[in-house]
Amino acid sequence: MRWLLPYPLLALALALMWLLLSGVSPGQVVLAVGVATGASHALAALGEASPAIRRWLAIPTLAGVVFHDIVVSNLEVAGILLGIRRTRGAGFVTVPLTTRSPSALAILSIIVTSTPGTAWIDYDAARNEVLVHVFDLVDEAHWRQLIAERYERLLMEIFE
Amino acid sequence: MSETVILAAVWFAQIALAMAMCLCTWRMIAGPRAQDRILSLDALYVCAMLQLLAFGIRTGRTIYFEAALIIGMLGFVATVSLAKFLMRGEVIE
Amino acid sequence: MSVHLADVPLWAAILAAFFLVLGAGLALLGTIGLVRLPTFYQRIHAPTLGTSWGAAGMVLASMIIFTAASGRLVLHEILIGVFVTVTTPVTLMMLGRSALYRDRSERNPEVPQFGASDADDDTAQGAS
Repeated sequence: MRWLLPYPLLALALALMWLLLSGVSPGQVVLAVGVATGASHALAALGEASPAIRRWLAIPTLAGVVFHDIVVSNLEVAGILLGIRRTRGAGFVTVPLTTRSPSALAILSIIVTSTPGTAWIDYDAARNEVLVHVFDLVDEAHWRQLIAERYERLLMEIFE
Repeated sequence: MSETVILAAVWFAQIALAMAMCLCTWRMIAGPRAQDRILSLDALYVCAMLQLLAFGIRTGRTIYFEAALIIGMLGFVATVSLAKFLMRGEVIE
Repeated sequence: MSVHLADVPLWAAILAAFFLVLGAGLALLGTIGLVRLPTFYQRIHAPTLGTSWGAAGMVLASMIIFTAASGRLVLHEILIGVFVTVTTPVTLMMLGRSALYRDRSERNPEVPQFGASDADDDTAQGAS
């Protein structure tokens, strides 16, 4: 199975993208499958290991949590910018992490940055710490706990 | 009736996005530092992309969608390479 | 392919109009933040408004209108949403890192000097 499709998720995403861009018809399905297989074999030449997903069940939970947090922080940041809410000062927070899985770190950085109000600035691989800039910094412990408990624990369930 | 509703909303969206693009341009000219200019260039690209989506809705054509996709990709590559240049292209001290 | 806006049912039109106003409004609000906020690290939060729900609102409105007007499922706009969601964090992270690098090399007191990825900054902190 591995030699046939080195990156099954990537191949599926590529095929879906092809079909969305060109419309669904039998001919396009054949083309999409061909392109997806060829492209994932081309990527396999780079020798990057495919991320192994341990628990698929945690993915919808994580997606729900992230969706909720993006909506809430959109409202908070919009409120501050409109002058409805007052910001209690912005600042940097150093967050110690436990996971070292590259996939978990990549997804964690995307979650943290795409949520308005928090931005992933720098990652220190030696100390496994990340520097996060928070727009509305109430207390640092709250943000450390939020990132570790809410996102990192779920990501570790998925990838480790 | 539904055409009027949509056109009014698109009209609002296009004016808001045009204002957003002007604000991005202002920040890009005002700076004060190179990273501010690149950040506002990135925001300008996103606003241009959303503006093209609004054009697509108003005209009812899907051709604008492809233009929006290309603008988004160009903006991503431009911002990444500029940020990379900022980090490595400058002689420090 | 082109569609006529008059073919859209009223409820879909109102829903799409809501998302259009929401999306464009949030994008505008983000750029207002870009202009008004005082420091770069605060400004880096502002465009995420436009790229999270700003883009999502416009994409949803476009999907609703094209689906309702053409009578079949039009989903290709979701590619723009996925694309923006995945690429914006990458650009913001790179910009944040390069800004931090520049500020640290200038010994700017606003940014934390500890936890630097290279030894150069640690010795600099000890000297100052």
